[in-house]
Amino acid sequence: MAEFLTKSRARNIFYGGSIFFVVIFVGMTVHSHKYVVEVSTAGMPLSDAVIRGKHVWEENSCINCHSLHGEGAYFAPELGNVMTRWGVQDYPEDAFETLKGWIESQPSGIEGRRQMPRYELTDEDIRGLAEFLRWADQTDTQGWPPNDAG
Amino acid sequence: MKYQSQKVAYWYFLAAMALFGIQVLGGLLAGWIYVSPNFLSEILPFNVIRMIHTNALIVWLLLGFFGAAYFLVPEESEREVWSPKLAYLQLIILVVGTLGAVGSYLVGIHGGREFLEQPLWVKFGILVAALIFLLNISMTVLAGKKTAITNVLLMGMWLLSLLWIFAFINPDNLSLDKMYWWFVVHLWVEATWELVMAAILAFLLLKLTGVDREVVEKWLYVIVATALFSGILGTGHHFYWIGLPGYWQWIGSIFSTFEVIPFFLMMSFAFVMVWKGRRNHPNKAALLWSLGSSTVAFFGAGVWGFLHTLHGVNFYSHGTQITAAHGHLAFYGAYVALNLAIFTYAMPMLRERAPYNQVLNMASFWLMTGGMAFMTFVLTFAGTIQTHMQRVVGDYYMEVQESLSIFYLMRFGAGAAVVIGALLFIYSLLVVRQTEVIAPGPANPVPGE
Repeated sequence: MAEFLTKSRARNIFYGGSIFFVVIFVGMTVHSHKYVVEVSTAGMPLSDAVIRGKHVWEENSCINCHSLHGEGAYFAPELGNVMTRWGVQDYPEDAFETLKGWIESQPSGIEGRRQMPRYELTDEDIRGLAEFLRWADQTDTQGWPPNDAG
Repeated sequence: MKYQSQKVAYWYFLAAMALFGIQVLGGLLAGWIYVSPNFLSEILPFNVIRMIHTNALIVWLLLGFFGAAYFLVPEESEREVWSPKLAYLQLIILVVGTLGAVGSYLVGIHGGREFLEQPLWVKFGILVAALIFLLNISMTVLAGKKTAITNVLLMGMWLLSLLWIFAFINPDNLSLDKMYWWFVVHLWVEATWELVMAAILAFLLLKLTGVDREVVEKWLYVIVATALFSGILGTGHHFYWIGLPGYWQWIGSIFSTFEVIPFFLMMSFAFVMVWKGRRNHPNKAALLWSLGSSTVAFFGAGVWGFLHTLHGVNFYSHGTQITAAHGHLAFYGAYVALNLAIFTYAMPMLRERAPYNQVLNMASFWLMTGGMAFMTFVLTFAGTIQTHMQRVVGDYYMEVQESLSIFYLMRFGAGAAVVIGALLFIYSLLVVRQTEVIAPGPANPVPGE
């Protein structure tokens, strides 16, 4: 190896190879972007309510306790399929009512149980959040999670 | 210290260690909430504590990288830093931004993308600081001697700063949001940061072992080549279940398996250089951290990463305590320990003293490394049980978590050891003792039989 692989050869392989992989990666990213918009998330419109819900999700940093499509903090349940788990994925009004009931009953105050803080949200915020979670739930995630437990 | 402007690094390292203290104390607090969930729940909820824990980590590691660059680039380029004033300005911006971010988290103002929760003005501050850094270091390198170490370090720093742009891009479409979010998160820690790590490690080994520069630099190029060749397409292992095409399951599985290679090479590199090197450098603690970093990075990032990277496994283990186990050991080995290695190497010079308190420093290595390893083991056990109960059997999350409480108790104990180790480390670098705790033996002891 010593004679064949000189320092300058190693450097050239590094630069050339990296550019090669960046090009492939960018190409696949472009394709994936189109796929997300046209296929995997196309089952439900990206409505104003969904976008509002995403903002509510972000402003309250839900991700730092919960996980969404498996990404997040693992301190609280997975929410990518919570609407399916609650059996309200196909019923927007039930989704809103159930979520509102849940949020307004927190914190439970039960000793020894993880506490979700009380978030003061308007009905529109909660409706948006419910729509956002239904929107996430309908995304084609290649069959993940394995079951309704999330 | 050969160049006066290297002194800049001292202040970066101080700021980094202060944040390191905050980070581990935040972690200890979060660990306690796992044990006693009602603790602070009304005043300081878990999500805010976790935000501080992760953000403080990222910022102090970056401060360490910046400081390391200001320390090693003058030596490599054989000249003073282009503008020490700009370097201090950059540090002030970063410290103000960090304090501002922590303050706003405490009053409930934050973004909602994991790890990128900083308010917009802080994100811009980080961008400005990065640009100042790039200008300053690039001018230094361009004017001076160019080495493979500065090449790779600069390339890593330029690329990671460019990728920061994606911190500002947040599409309304959640799946797109996640895809571009990984451009920062994955392409930092599993690609560009590896370049920075390898460059700093190469510098340390060059200084500590006295091995020929040609040999060190060839290794360096081979290591960073394997890092990018595997790491770029390895991003695919985050794209399995977030709404992206199915082909990422194959691309991600194959290329992220190769991500073990750069970490294996870094570990081999460190040991081979020490084996070949003849220099008997007095700073044994820096050598311990360098070897320890590359070894723990191989296990944490390499082995524990591979453990759940194949899509057939990840389908069940994704987002469980397995991920938490891997995350802790990987960050500790690859980036925390490496930063502590360069601090340990540079601090005695920056303070113009002989290496001191080697014993306390080395004790802190074993405390932190032992604590982290124990934490990783218990979280791996917890994650295995969680994967089975929740993902295979289908038990609900909260029920499963209740049955894991013994592991969280043990994790808290492990975390306490890490915190004590971290505080001991900071003490050993900052508070100068006159004598060693244990007197060192002769430099060249009589060979054994």
